[in-house]
Amino acid sequence: MGTSAEAIVIGASAGAVEALSVILPSLPADYEVPMLIVVHVPPDNKGILAQLFQAKCNIEVREAEDKEPISDGTAYFAPPDYHLLVEPDKSLSLSSDAPVLFSRPSVDVLFESAADAYGADLIAIVLTGANEDGAEGLRAVADAGGTIIVQSPEGAYASAMPAAAIAACPNARVMSLEEIAAYLQDVEKT
Amino acid sequence: MLEKKIEDIEIQLLLEGLYQRYHYDFRHYAWASVKRRLKQAREQMGFRSFSALQESLLHDPGMLGRLLGYLTIQVSEMFRDPSYFRAIREKVVPHLRTYPSLKVWIAGCSSGEELYSFVILFREEGLEQRTLFYATDINQDALGKAEAGIYDLDRIQMFTENHRKSGGKSSLSDYYSAAYGKASFDKSLRRQVVFSDHSLVTDAVFAEMHLVSCRNVLIYFDRDLQDRALGLFKDSLTRKGFLGLGSKESMRFSNHADSFADCVREEKIYQKRTE
Ligand SMILES: C[S@@+](CC[C@H](N)C(=O)[O-])C[C@H]1O[C@@H](n2cnc3c(N)ncnc32)[C@H](O)[C@@H]1O
Repeated sequence: MGTSAEAIVIGASAGAVEALSVILPSLPADYEVPMLIVVHVPPDNKGILAQLFQAKCNIEVREAEDKEPISDGTAYFAPPDYHLLVEPDKSLSLSSDAPVLFSRPSVDVLFESAADAYGADLIAIVLTGANEDGAEGLRAVADAGGTIIVQSPEGAYASAMPAAAIAACPNARVMSLEEIAAYLQDVEKT
Repeated sequence: MLEKKIEDIEIQLLLEGLYQRYHYDFRHYAWASVKRRLKQAREQMGFRSFSALQESLLHDPGMLGRLLGYLTIQVSEMFRDPSYFRAIREKVVPHLRTYPSLKVWIAGCSSGEELYSFVILFREEGLEQRTLFYATDINQDALGKAEAGIYDLDRIQMFTENHRKSGGKSSLSDYYSAAYGKASFDKSLRRQVVFSDHSLVTDAVFAEMHLVSCRNVLIYFDRDLQDRALGLFKDSLTRKGFLGLGSKESMRFSNHADSFADCVREEKIYQKRTE
């Protein structure tokens, strides 16, 4: 019996493209669980991440639009310079509120709103990065009963972000990128 | 889980109280961001719960301004998204030239950066004299700043760069004087401007417009409220009038989508259909 979840949220910073390239292309075309992803990118970076991964992946990959209902089997990237949030009716919303921990989009903002919307039916993953974004959000997911995973800092391109996440959430499962990819492949949609 | 629910009830009651007491209606703003901002307000103002914050808000009018500061987001730039202003210049201005007089509405103008961008653009294109600009917002502090037109000097470099990228035909430094770390924009830029307190949630249409620019306001609304605001813009626009939205806002999920045609798709500039 595999795990099930209503959605997966992922946060990554420095080294994100390489890390996500291990995870996202490994998912099959009929993968159902929607994924919401925040990567720290410069504000003028015109949404190339979604394009890049759409070309590499079997699942649908898009840049999130405001008030868009979340579709199964789709990975959504936060647009550069906007926060991405989940509404209680499971639609997406964007905001240009001030950066949080110098980041917009912010991993914490996504994770906290997703924890609110999905409660225990959520998997949250913090990957490589050189700052502390994601730690608070991961704790909110854990408090709501969700599953929390952190890339092992030793194997990460930048260890600060996963290390901060583990410090905030000592119970998080710590895995390599390959283990995370294998784990996600077995997750079914709730 | 149960505790969470109580918090949500408290937030809804707080918003209801804010509306009944002061007629500011945030009940249909996008929930996730409102909740985040109210949490910040509660923590930073040192209230134990949202109910405690509500009590203070109901009895102390001085709390209103402080809370509005949290609930309305004042992030703006001059010529924000230069390609938007370039598209206005290249694709919309040629149509506007054909009218003897013009009305332009900057809805949710915040501290005025977007307004001044339009006035400068219209001056460069020779349209300023025949145009009346309406600059509206619900935040009084922001409207005050818009009327003053004074910005920190360290933002000017970015404004100048944006202006240049937007196809600016003059030098931004022609429009302000610098002193004591501030750039003060010339009062002649306000000759054709009416500033006014107006809410897209609770107020009605007030004039017939040729162009409405409402950027980065609708993202804070839920879908019903977005529909209301778009209906307001539709009703206030003249035949074939133009509507510009923020770069991440769209008509796609709205009931009014059929009333508008794409003018410049990538820039979220629409034109009202003739029916
Ligand atoms: C992020 S700012 C956008 C400023 C500017 N339009 C820009 O794009 O740079 C959002 C503005 O919308 C205003 N606002 C919020 N609710 C509003 C409402 N119901 N009616 C009018 N303005 C509103 C806020 O006070 C704030 O000034």
